[in-house]
Amino acid sequence: MNKDIAILGVGMHPWGKWGRNFVEYGVVAARAALADAGVNWRDVQFVSGAATMRNGYPGYVAGATFAQALGWQGAQVNTSYAACASGSQALAAARSKILSGECEVAMVIGADTTPKGFLAPQKGERPDDPDWVRFRVGITNPTYFALYARRRMALYGDTQDDFALVKVKNAEHGFDNPNARYRKKFSAQDVAASAMVADPLRLMDICATSDGAAALIVSSLDYARRIGKKDAPRVAAVSTVTPTFATDTVEMPDLATDSAVAAEPQRFRAALPRKAYEEAGIGPEDVSLAEVYDLSTALELDWMEDLQFCARGEAAKLVREGVTRIGGRLPVNPSGGLACFGEAVPAQALAQVCELTWQLRGQSGSRQVQGAKVGITANQGLFGHGSSVIVKR
Amino acid sequence: MDTPVKTPVLEGWFTLDEREPHLLGARCAACGTYYFPKAIKFCRHPDCAGESFEEVKLSRTGRIWSYTNAAYKPPEPYISNDPFVPYGIAAVELEQERMIVLGQVASGVGVEALKVGMRVELILEPLDDGKLSWKWKPLPENKP
Repeated sequence: MNKDIAILGVGMHPWGKWGRNFVEYGVVAARAALADAGVNWRDVQFVSGAATMRNGYPGYVAGATFAQALGWQGAQVNTSYAACASGSQALAAARSKILSGECEVAMVIGADTTPKGFLAPQKGERPDDPDWVRFRVGITNPTYFALYARRRMALYGDTQDDFALVKVKNAEHGFDNPNARYRKKFSAQDVAASAMVADPLRLMDICATSDGAAALIVSSLDYARRIGKKDAPRVAAVSTVTPTFATDTVEMPDLATDSAVAAEPQRFRAALPRKAYEEAGIGPEDVSLAEVYDLSTALELDWMEDLQFCARGEAAKLVREGVTRIGGRLPVNPSGGLACFGEAVPAQALAQVCELTWQLRGQSGSRQVQGAKVGITANQGLFGHGSSVIVKR
Repeated sequence: MDTPVKTPVLEGWFTLDEREPHLLGARCAACGTYYFPKAIKFCRHPDCAGESFEEVKLSRTGRIWSYTNAAYKPPEPYISNDPFVPYGIAAVELEQERMIVLGQVASGVGVEALKVGMRVELILEPLDDGKLSWKWKPLPENKP
């Protein structure tokens, strides 16, 4: 059985720190996706929302919130929460509905409004919450990114200059992207001159948090054919697997890894794309471009290896050789990535799919990857959540 | 308010033996898997239904898996002096337990003094608010 679904339309609200209600952004993205798809809102049979935890009750029931804002029309509704992979999990729910024949056309949507400054845990004395505990003893998000980065330096000889190259590349990619928040080119010197946050990572190595929204209109292949969109890009895989015990990497918000005395250690980030490749029946050699979760510059290098674009330890070499730039053999983060967007949690995994869709349709303008046929996303968040989506022509 | 008895930042996470402190973990009676912190009710090994655990002192020495520092003052609930003094952080591999445990590095030890693979030991030191915490300190063998 063919398990593909069609992406009929995509839309985004530009990323920024706009300080408005997340529903406003969502509606803008939803209407853009509907217009792009040429689908009437009343024809959407299923609304699959990605939840936001920072905007009260309407955020917990995001699917219904967006459906109401667009005008109740009797669609079925769902809301998914899976930390940074919430958007992908909402997409997986829509795909299941479509493939089971329960609906033909669905909207997948996520939006966020983020608070100012560093992310911090909920208030109070809460020693049972690992997220509270790690902040209590002074372990923040950049701590984890920096530990991974330093490990690369020790194991593979990566340098801070290599990490800076990732920022320079992504800044160049996102420069013309109308949906990106940071549209400014930077030099390696700019990165080196930015403040140290968590050695070896500087301010410009680490992504910010942003407001933003992204939406997709997806359908059965049969429906796509009927409305004259048989060549629309297709979702060929949605991987949202959990880690497998014992995790080999200390992950946010934990203070320790699993103990590997009774089970071999496993790498979670590598498991996500492995399942996606398996599901799509393709391999890394078939990929034209990738959108990966560059929470830090160094993390983009880890993802390249987890996506099997090269052997462990070789990612920095690919970046130095320009392989991952637009115009190179395998562009990574042609949108500009999180470096240019900042993270809008429930929208980010969907924004990755929006970019792949535009790229595969050849509509990316100055950041177009020539001849793009297969794109893959990779993303990871807290508490064992992550995703990898494959889009193909 | 000065009190002679030092209170731990987290109750029951480590022994208060200041000479040779240990982190307090748990070990599954069925499969031997270690846990830190020790608050565990069900073994997380997918093939083990263990619900019985013994409290164990984790190894108090290990090797640095990776390290970094906090160059910026973390948000609450972390409490820090003003002006903020950066501190080191190490992820330390415990050989017997086959696990990696995070912790601050002993005060006064900067990232330039650390190396991946370096042997460290567990010590107790007060955080800025006076509460005792576990920290990792390079063993004397590392001195040039």
